[in-house]
Amino acid sequence: MPILELTAVSKSFGALVVAEDIGFSVEPGEALGIIGPNGAGKSTLFNLINGNYPVASGTICFDGRDVTHQPPMQRCLSGMGRTFQIPQPFERLTVFENLLVAAAFGAQEKESQVTDLCADILVETGLIAKANRPASALTLLERKRMELARALATQPKLLLLDEIAGGLTEGECRQLVATIKRVHQRGVAVIWIEHVLHALTAVVERILVLNFGRVIGIGDPETIMASSVVREIYLGMEV
Amino acid sequence: MTTGFNSIRTEIEQPQAWRVETRTRLSGAIAVVAIVAVAVLAAAPVFVSRGVVQDLFFILTMLTLAQNWNLLAGYAGLISVGQQLFVGCGAYALFGLVILGGLDPILAIPIAGLLAMLVAVPTAFFSFRLYGPYFAIGTWVIAEVGRLLFAQWKMLGGGTGTSLPREATKDMLGLSLLQDWFGMRASAAADALAYWLALALATLTIGLVYKLLRSKQGLGLAAVRDNENAARAIGVDARRLKTAIYLLTAFLTGVVGALIYLQKARISPDAAFSLTDWTAYVVFIVVIGGIGTIEGPILGVLVFFLLQNAFSNYGSWYLLALGALAIVIMLFAPRGLWGLISDRTGWELFPVRRLLKGGPPIKTDKGGPHG
Repeated sequence: MPILELTAVSKSFGALVVAEDIGFSVEPGEALGIIGPNGAGKSTLFNLINGNYPVASGTICFDGRDVTHQPPMQRCLSGMGRTFQIPQPFERLTVFENLLVAAAFGAQEKESQVTDLCADILVETGLIAKANRPASALTLLERKRMELARALATQPKLLLLDEIAGGLTEGECRQLVATIKRVHQRGVAVIWIEHVLHALTAVVERILVLNFGRVIGIGDPETIMASSVVREIYLGMEV
Repeated sequence: MTTGFNSIRTEIEQPQAWRVETRTRLSGAIAVVAIVAVAVLAAAPVFVSRGVVQDLFFILTMLTLAQNWNLLAGYAGLISVGQQLFVGCGAYALFGLVILGGLDPILAIPIAGLLAMLVAVPTAFFSFRLYGPYFAIGTWVIAEVGRLLFAQWKMLGGGTGTSLPREATKDMLGLSLLQDWFGMRASAAADALAYWLALALATLTIGLVYKLLRSKQGLGLAAVRDNENAARAIGVDARRLKTAIYLLTAFLTGVVGALIYLQKARISPDAAFSLTDWTAYVVFIVVIGGIGTIEGPILGVLVFFLLQNAFSNYGSWYLLALGALAIVIMLFAPRGLWGLISDRTGWELFPVRRLLKGGPPIKTDKGGPHG
């Protein structure tokens, strides 16, 4: 049984169609990459999957249950964690408190039970030295790391990552890939939107290509990157 | 994988427990100061004149209103400009219960709070459909509707209002005890009783807010305050939290309203549902002092009281000056006077910050007041 299954999901903002008849599924523990040009509807797709936007039609099943009409809070409690493309920290809380609130609510634990969990995630994501700093004092790179750390603190079965490798140096990118790989190896399913293709292909087993709100290809990374449609649309190459 | 990461991983193999601390070095001293302050305030009616007791009553009731509005706007993000609805409903409920129901005024106060909270159920239903400025305007409109409705209540004096009969407050619960114990005259004893209730209410409210903010729900509330979307995405039930806060503040605001009008002993719809007295001043207090902190409203109410004493003879110029001062503070010290102070000194009278301590020795960068 897939952990996530979308069937004929559509959404438009006025006349602008941002998702049209989208259908795909992700198996438990699988890592799926999503690529597509700017404005293809990638982040919108995440907002539909996590319930930030209601779908116009179609169904979304998560972990064997129909969650199409559930609010984001419910989907998080059933094991869906996400990061935002533009980091959305709780600015007046410290980095540790940002994780604490995620762990206490998202994983439905007592506050006193999740100290070690949060500390371990801070160590793993390289934020431990900033644990007691207010999130407003973080650099963009650190904010992106905290997005990942906070999503991990909800102890998700499925992790939605929205462009967290953009703007990183080579070394930082390698660290990030290593972290995501470790999370993935623990059995967490991952859907990762990313423009940094070498980072993406180092982790994911399949890639989905999105353009104008439609799925135009899904398959293993080699096949997808070699396909002429993808090259033309995504990489802007003449074939 | 690169260097720094690996070395950190190996360091945590050492068995070192992480722990969370909220107390600061100051906490102990501040707790003592707070207890002494409450004790001194409690003893005040025995030593100071009636005028001072009435001033202190005003300060304490405004402080309670401000703490409530701060919880509502500063933490739950519900910028209401209609809290006068609950002051008015609490006050009118008290008058109704005492005059029409013949209830003891002291017993009527908590019931008035409950009735105000009951009114908040339908108003929450309507106003929670609105966001941001629309919510603010919606709450104001609902409060105006309340004022107009109560002006129709002929048994309580309609638009001109009514007074609390002397015989109703003469035998008020506890009043004769005070007269016997402290040898006070009836009017002074009534003022002292109202004052002690106000002191208890203010202390209780601050204690309650502090306890709430240190709880898991308080952490969720702080997350909602900072970013509601992200809070929902990590499993915080923002709507339920906001509704709970709205109802709680309606109750407390209604209790304060009942208490204020018990002391005034005269009510009219225009006064009890006054936007200026029960919301504009309260917003001023919170904004001047520092929104989103418990210390802010305490500082704010003192500033407000001093300003009012010094300048309230200047009529509408005084209101203009208050507005101008609020704008200046918002522009140059958006976190209020308390924000300025705590930025410079690192003081926190009511620490809610959860600090991660212990663990393996890791080089942390120094800096910031709490770094």
